[in-house]
Amino acid sequence: MALRKPPLREAHAARDAKFTEFGGWDMPVEFDSIRTEHAAVRESVGIFDVSHMGEVEVSGPDAATLMQRLTTNDVTRLAPGDSQYAMITNEEGTILDDTVVYRLPDEETERYLFVPNAGHDAEMHDRWTAHREEWGLDARVDDVTEEWAMFAVQGPDAADAVAAAADGVSDLSKFEARYADVVGARSWVARTGYTGEDGFEILCPWDEAETVWNAFVDDHDCTPCGLGARDTLRIEMGFLLSGQDFDPETEPRNPYEAGVGFAVKLDTEFVGRDALEAVYEEGVDEKFVGLKLLDRGVARHGYDVVDDDGHVVGHVTSGTMSPTLNEPIALGYVPVEHADPGTRLRVAVREQEKRAKVVSTPFLED
Amino acid sequence: MFDVPEDRKYLESHEYATTDGETATVGISDFAQDELGDVVFVELPAEGDEVTKGEEFGVVESIKAVSDLYAPVSGTVVDVNEELFDRPELVNEDPYGEGWMLEVEVSDPDEFDGLLSPEEYRGQTE
Repeated sequence: MALRKPPLREAHAARDAKFTEFGGWDMPVEFDSIRTEHAAVRESVGIFDVSHMGEVEVSGPDAATLMQRLTTNDVTRLAPGDSQYAMITNEEGTILDDTVVYRLPDEETERYLFVPNAGHDAEMHDRWTAHREEWGLDARVDDVTEEWAMFAVQGPDAADAVAAAADGVSDLSKFEARYADVVGARSWVARTGYTGEDGFEILCPWDEAETVWNAFVDDHDCTPCGLGARDTLRIEMGFLLSGQDFDPETEPRNPYEAGVGFAVKLDTEFVGRDALEAVYEEGVDEKFVGLKLLDRGVARHGYDVVDDDGHVVGHVTSGTMSPTLNEPIALGYVPVEHADPGTRLRVAVREQEKRAKVVSTPFLED
Repeated sequence: MFDVPEDRKYLESHEYATTDGETATVGISDFAQDELGDVVFVELPAEGDEVTKGEEFGVVESIKAVSDLYAPVSGTVVDVNEELFDRPELVNEDPYGEGWMLEVEVSDPDEFDGLLSPEEYRGQTE
């Protein structure tokens, strides 16, 4: 199957980006070097093309009901311009995807936009429409993924860069969003991101993507960043990656195991609620933890986590050499009895056991 | 364009070896270090270990990937660049100089004949 291309695929290639397949999309993984791009976001400001993220719009009289029943957070708490992080779970409470739900301003009807992960847009559109039919709800569901380019402007200087390119958005508070003209393109600008830094996510019309990108990169000193740096930044924060740290097929996890129970509101009615209430009451067997390697080596996705007796007790789901700390860090699942910070474990790196310890996340605050 | 020095020969898997006949300096090419991106870890054999042409002798890890290293020649490891354990970035900065990996006392100098010439290797990376 041909890879889907972000609107700036050729422009990125002209900047000598290297590409990778991600969720069925051909995306820039690195422009200059992951280390340089990572540092730009931690110390100044970088811009990511995240146009591979999905966008699904839900509107109509029953839009709120449909959103409420298919996401774990409480959409009734959202005023127009608010957003929230939420999980999408099945009847068993297993995470299908994580998402950000925006309530869009609209005087005529209730309108929401949610952002599934790369490659999940069609699946979520189908899930929403199937449940709408099953429940007899009056709501319109549109997959608008290829109408919107999406950029993440992230870093301590992100607010200055965005203020220079757009009017009336620098006062947005965290998780707040509004429509704004960004170098002439009518865009949806949100104070959200996935790097642990201050930042904005900008959805602009697909055919105006190049104007917006060039303005940030050429006129407002944003370093072009690829998905490689996005991955190291989110690992340093202990943030989940869909398809890797959870996946309904290969890494089935509920939100409590995955450490995102804060995004579950059991006082709302949603698919998976009853299963998750039982998990909440009984507790989990395994937890998502941070690990630091104490020996030389890099822990990678799939490596076993071993206890002092040599028994495999868990596994790594994400790992890298932290560019900020210059230490090997990893995320993974271990039994709750091994999950307390300070617990000594080992990670089997290519059949050699490396000493590791459980640490709290974000790693940068350890 | 990537740097492909004339004074050494190459494996298709992007390792190089010098060709003075008795000892060989082994490392990875400029093309390989660029493809890998930021190198963060190198695992190498110890002095005295044997390496065999075409077989794995170690691992180089960048932030994003793990890659096996293959020996371009057979022989005994007589020196290891331990500087890389603390400064793996030397592989990126100077792959043919300070980023070298092993010195090998070659057991069969004829093996060099089977390696790619600079011209052949350049053709592979274009």
